[in-house]
Amino acid sequence: MWPDERVVRFVNENFIPARVHVKQDPEAFKKYGEKYNAHWTPTVLELDPNGEEFFRAEGFLPVEDFLAQLMLGRAHMDFKKGKWDDAEKRFREIYEKLPNADAAPEALYWAGVSRYKAKNDSSALKETARAFKTRYADSSWAKKASIWS
Amino acid sequence: MEIKFRHDVDSVLEEAKKQNKPVLLDFSAAPM
Repeated sequence: MWPDERVVRFVNENFIPARVHVKQDPEAFKKYGEKYNAHWTPTVLELDPNGEEFFRAEGFLPVEDFLAQLMLGRAHMDFKKGKWDDAEKRFREIYEKLPNADAAPEALYWAGVSRYKAKNDSSALKETARAFKTRYADSSWAKKASIWS
Repeated sequence: MEIKFRHDVDSVLEEAKKQNKPVLLDFSAAPM
């Protein structure tokens, strides 16, 4: 998954990348594994600039699902900081570019929430509920959005 | 094109704070 050009570009544009290798540096693995509660590999954490974890992906994923998870985490970081427009853009990018990824329905849901937060307009939620009728209708995120219709 | 993972995690965390940039921390057992 790491050699994929899309993953490389996204990581290099959005993060300072660091790696702790369980076999090559077991002391570091013990130190940071305990600090960040990471006891299995692969575990990928997204940390904010203060070193606080805001997202994790555990276990192997195919490239597109993995990239979507990374994008989802980065979008949630903007969301948690109240950067609604940036978050919406990032969430939308996930289901537009990677519509078949497991994270796509969640991204559609949170894109709607971000728009609602930005505009304080409940029509954003209704539009999102409508969108779930034509895509990802069987997902748990469609159920969550159903209350908005 | 590749990801240049760093292994000096403490330095990365300090740099992240200075640059106000997030960190991606990969715990791996993959062959290198």
